[in-house]
Amino acid sequence: MNLWEYVEDRWDLIVFETVQHASMVAQCVLIAAVLGVLIGVATYRRPRPSALATAVAGVLFTIPSLAMLGLLIPPLGLGVAPSVTAIVLYALLPIIRNTIVGLRGVDPMLVDAARGIGMSRRRSLTRVELPLAWPVILTGIRVATQLAMGIGAVAAYVSGPGLGEQIFSGLARLGGANSINATLTGTIGVAILALIFDGFFVLLGRFTTPGERLGGARA
Amino acid sequence: MPDQPTGGVPIELRKVTKSYPGVDEPAVHELDLNIPAGEIVVLLGPSGCGKTTTMRMINRLIEPTSGDIVIGGENSRDIDPDRLRRHIGYVIQQAGLFPHMTVAANIGQVPKMLGWDKARVAERVDELLTLVGLEPELYRDTYPRRLSGGQQQRVGVARALAADPPVLLMDEPFGALDPISRERMQDELLSLQEELAKTIVFVTHDVDEALKIGDHIAIMQRPGHIEQYATPAEILTNPASDYVEQFLGGGSSMRLLRLTKVGDIETDQVPYTTEDADARELLAEVESDGRGYALVLDGMRRPLRWVGQAELEGLSGPVGTAGDPVTGFISARMTLQDALESLLNADTEVVPVVGRRRAYTGSLSLTTVQNAIAAIKTHERERRQRRGEGTR
Repeated sequence: MNLWEYVEDRWDLIVFETVQHASMVAQCVLIAAVLGVLIGVATYRRPRPSALATAVAGVLFTIPSLAMLGLLIPPLGLGVAPSVTAIVLYALLPIIRNTIVGLRGVDPMLVDAARGIGMSRRRSLTRVELPLAWPVILTGIRVATQLAMGIGAVAAYVSGPGLGEQIFSGLARLGGANSINATLTGTIGVAILALIFDGFFVLLGRFTTPGERLGGARA
Repeated sequence: MPDQPTGGVPIELRKVTKSYPGVDEPAVHELDLNIPAGEIVVLLGPSGCGKTTTMRMINRLIEPTSGDIVIGGENSRDIDPDRLRRHIGYVIQQAGLFPHMTVAANIGQVPKMLGWDKARVAERVDELLTLVGLEPELYRDTYPRRLSGGQQQRVGVARALAADPPVLLMDEPFGALDPISRERMQDELLSLQEELAKTIVFVTHDVDEALKIGDHIAIMQRPGHIEQYATPAEILTNPASDYVEQFLGGGSSMRLLRLTKVGDIETDQVPYTTEDADARELLAEVESDGRGYALVLDGMRRPLRWVGQAELEGLSGPVGTAGDPVTGFISARMTLQDALESLLNADTEVVPVVGRRRAYTGSLSLTTVQNAIAAIKTHERERRQRRGEGTR
């Protein structure tokens, strides 16, 4: 059985796993984006808390994904819970870091102008600082999504949902029937999903940064 | 929407001090300053003299350590800082426009915060763009980075004026512009001010800009106090200290000619009247004046026509539309140098001088300017002698 026949044969299952994978990644990134931006917003003005937040997220980031998933089994068991937790934790670092960098990169003169014309702290943040930091934050979310794609596949190790199942079942019986086909299907599926998500972010970036479309460096 | 813009209110600084913890020298030290309503007051001094700090304390971007700031009779401490700032226009160097918003959105920020409805904001935006000399159709929907530095600063001024605040704070607004645009923006600010009569606090370190723009100038020195607070002419003819003289630099006499405003010198008083005045009464006045002509003003004191003695002699009843229309004005804010130029190019020997809202204040002829120059020269000579004796 070649790859095409394998895919045709199990089309329904593969589509189901692909949708699950996409949905898991999307939800995890959404959670991570909300948490990460909140943490970034809460800390970017003060050097120590922001250094702490980045450092903690950085340490989490260095734990190998297999080890992290394994360590999460005792408290959370198998399945969706440890998978989602692990993916969110990994996705936090790029989002927190880019939120802090993005907000700090906003020209202080513009923040001064916002405050000077009578915007409250919150209004200045939501109307001026966050929109201006948005391209950088979005890049962070984009990187986090790519990470989540890969780690989502490894999550099959703790019986997580998604295309990882294809890869792990293939690798488990290497040399057996369709083992290479299963592994390839999983890998290619993840790669295609990653490309689709990336394309989505390019479009999102284009439609959510009005001033940027006009091009040119900041005057 | 009010047809007449809101005029300025006075600002009073009483023993205002700003000190920072861990710094011995206060940034501003017990500063007293009375800023009259509707005037441009320039805070002038080298960097670090506390001029920007002083300005930023007025809209509470910096909180004073002690002392009071009273704006239009209200102590600024008693007003919520965000609300206070929405009623004080704020213009900074390089305009500080939000790059992710269109020109219209930038200008509409303050009205939007004040809860104006969309139609009213849009109408106001177009009105302001026209006021600062940008065509609304062309510029409303562009983004700031498409504009030149001068255009950006025009939008910055429009944004500051959006909610028609009585007070404008301007922190080196033209500092980043090239000399030609800077001159133009200064001229436009002055003519705008003639219409609007706001209270403007203007921070700069450029002596020529200060002398040109200010009704009054406060020359500041470290640590945060005022060396001299006076009109530009007074500062030039009678500097309060060596520091002031040094800061002004040389060439005072030439500057004085270039920077003395028409409003500062004695202008001619020719007989004037309104259209409904009696022609015979005016004739009597013109005859006793001896110059042989009079000026006819409208209800707002704006000059309309010159009327000669010969024309008046044939008239009875109201003056009406007799005489020749006035072709040129000299603004009271013009420098003597510019006024001289206008006089040389004028159709008539005498040109009316107009102040705020184009109201007539006096008349100018070459002789008047000549006399004023002579007076300044004498004054300067006396001053030099006095100072020379003092130092010896």
